[in-house]
Amino acid sequence: MAYKSFSRRLKPACPQKGWKMDQELLKAERAILKQIARKFTNFGKKRQNLIPILQMVQEELAYLSPEALNMVAGYLELPKSEIYGVATFYNQFRFQPPGKHPIKVCLGTACHVRAGDIILENFERKLKICDGETSEDREFSLERVACVGCCALAPVAVIGETVHGHMAPSKVEGLLLRIEIEKEMQAREKQKNESGQA
Amino acid sequence: MKIQSKADLEKINREYSSRLYYPDTTKVLVGMASCGIAAGGKAALEKAMQDFPGGNGVSIRQTGCLGFCEVEPLVEIAATGKPRVIYQKITEDKIGDVINSYLENNFKKTKWILGQVRDPRSVMEDHLENPLSKVEPLEKIPFLEDTPFYNNQVKIALRNCGYIDPDSIEEYIARGGYFAFLRALFDHKPEEIIQIITDSGLRGRGGGGFSAGKKWATCARHHGDRYIICNADEGDPGAYMDRSILEGDPHSVLEGMLIAAVAIGSSQGFMYVRNEYPLAVKRLVTAIKQAESYGLLGENIAGTDFSFNIKISTGAGAFVCGESTALMASLEGKVGRPRAKYVHTVEKGFRQNPSNLNNVETFANVPAIVSKGAEWYAGMGTEGSKGTKVFSLVGKITNTGLVEVPMGTTLRNIIFDIGGGVLKKKKFKAVQTGGPSGGCIPEQYLDLGVDFDELTKIGSIMGSGGMIVMDQDTCMVDIARYFLDFLEEESCGQCNPCREGIKRMLEILTAICEGNGKEGDVELLEELGDMVAKASLCGLGTSAPNPVVTTINYFRHEYDAHIKDKKCRAGVCKNLYYYEIDAEACTGCRVCARKCPQDAITGEKKEVHQLDQDLCIKCSICYEACKFNAVIIK
Repeated sequence: MAYKSFSRRLKPACPQKGWKMDQELLKAERAILKQIARKFTNFGKKRQNLIPILQMVQEELAYLSPEALNMVAGYLELPKSEIYGVATFYNQFRFQPPGKHPIKVCLGTACHVRAGDIILENFERKLKICDGETSEDREFSLERVACVGCCALAPVAVIGETVHGHMAPSKVEGLLLRIEIEKEMQAREKQKNESGQA
Repeated sequence: MKIQSKADLEKINREYSSRLYYPDTTKVLVGMASCGIAAGGKAALEKAMQDFPGGNGVSIRQTGCLGFCEVEPLVEIAATGKPRVIYQKITEDKIGDVINSYLENNFKKTKWILGQVRDPRSVMEDHLENPLSKVEPLEKIPFLEDTPFYNNQVKIALRNCGYIDPDSIEEYIARGGYFAFLRALFDHKPEEIIQIITDSGLRGRGGGGFSAGKKWATCARHHGDRYIICNADEGDPGAYMDRSILEGDPHSVLEGMLIAAVAIGSSQGFMYVRNEYPLAVKRLVTAIKQAESYGLLGENIAGTDFSFNIKISTGAGAFVCGESTALMASLEGKVGRPRAKYVHTVEKGFRQNPSNLNNVETFANVPAIVSKGAEWYAGMGTEGSKGTKVFSLVGKITNTGLVEVPMGTTLRNIIFDIGGGVLKKKKFKAVQTGGPSGGCIPEQYLDLGVDFDELTKIGSIMGSGGMIVMDQDTCMVDIARYFLDFLEEESCGQCNPCREGIKRMLEILTAICEGNGKEGDVELLEELGDMVAKASLCGLGTSAPNPVVTTINYFRHEYDAHIKDKKCRAGVCKNLYYYEIDAEACTGCRVCARKCPQDAITGEKKEVHQLDQDLCIKCSICYEACKFNAVIIK
């Protein structure tokens, strides 16, 4: 599920430059790329399938990596510049991996008049990242989006796939805390299971 | 089973109509559109399924959105011989008790109840007897149709939303669905259908307001593989009626497209849905499959030689793709840039073939018009705009939600009677209609009857029907800046006036909001706005200056306050105001001090607090937290 994003700031998608990608992640990504290559055959080699193919790639990989875009260009036999032209035009496509908990703060009109920008600022302050960025530990990424269609619940923030309505500055901390606690609980459970097995 | 004739359809209609209105179980309907789910409807549905797994006379079903988003999750409970009751704000912790109380005929907890239904029939079912006519109504519980939110509404496009399970084609047929299509297929000549739509005065609900009948007629005149395209790329922030229709009643849109296909002579349809609406896409996919299984879509429909297929395409997030030529470019897999319309899309559109593009709400109206006649539809509304229009009433308003009212209803009626007035009894400042390209309408025009032409006269547009209400805490300069910020991002960048003009206007507005405005800026904005509107290629550019021009026209004093006095009285532009603690109102409760993330507020209990301006980041937490209005904007 991707939402329309305001910020189309392109960041270097190249892992050597912008992203410290560890070997394990790289391996996992290569495996996904192989899967993607198999899925290409579901689409005809037609120009009109370019956007659906890009959407499929992003669904699998969570972003469009340079390798993946090369593969698309190869499959559709279109110049790479064409692929990049289309991919960068649409807001849905992203060129860097999202965090584990992607946070989208809605700044549609209804959210804007109910002070959505203050919610965004609170997230920025708490997470110490700006909109369009991913936190260092890749736990959180923050984005501003234009209208998720839940205007009656304004201001709205979407964490993962869950829509949180009637946001307030004081609710921001609570939501982040809840994620922390859930993470700790999972870690503890894992530990418990492991020690139980041992 | 493949439907071959009207008799087949009538059989399904009779069977499911009785199930719909005279169920053999107690039926619990949980509102499961995106807004209902976000408010906790899904959790409530799952809890109810757990508590009442079936077999004990209770069946749990999902439905679409009743429009009253403020009190979601909405739950409706009905049983044969008993009143239909709508419960409000039913979260998972309450749903069990609510169902049990209904089963025990206990309706004492009135705060749970929104109202009881007087008549569940849709506009298409006049021939039926009201299934509730013999049911004794509840005492002291208002009828839903009498509550201020509903009593001015006439539901045509939203006729089934919240009454049927969107994943069930049978329930759609039970409420008179697909009869209009079969009538169009068997009884009418294509020209007659186009004539009905023309006579009804239906105008495009996507915002342009072009006569739908004329569009169909022009498209039918041109030769080639004709396409029917449904525009569901609802990009206006603040408008969500199309999403609600697709999620609550997808078949009405499919039927509208089918009728258009018969009238124009098309065999292929496309649906361009925003990728941001995953649930709508899911429900559409289900709906198309069901229609195909009944032989209402696909090859040789109802045994005739008419064939029609619908393909869903999801957009990839570009506001400009709501423009017809850009949408078609995007369907072809290209960058979504509009082209000049010397040749209209009805002549050369998708793949250079005649293409008829209408919006979701327009298509949803079509079956009702064909089945009830052009005169009935033209009997509602104003001189130039017929029928009803769905508005999404959002912003600083008490009753947010979707409302469908006849054209010509006054703004005052919509905002104060249906909408219940401004939130927290603050002062109304303006209402913004028509999305980013619309304008802000001040209080003096509240008695204006809303239709396509009246709104244009005062500098705004109908657009897709978003209505954003603003109160005293909204800064009009900031609103203009906000819309231009959006449009600057969304401008496709191919024509100069739009790309550079909007950017330049945004720069000026940003400077004003940051306190760097200069004398003469407003005049420059007006001049630039005039140029952008006259010289841009597509609708995005030509209407982009609307928010700026209307705010300058109606709220010039706010611009002056920003530029000359360097003050933002609404407390929005950060550089132009500061918070202060009112020594007389402060009770010393320490709530604000405890909540301040910067520890900028100090003071002992029961003593007046102090706010350190150097530490304050204007996060508004204290302003929001103070119950005594002691934190004030200076």
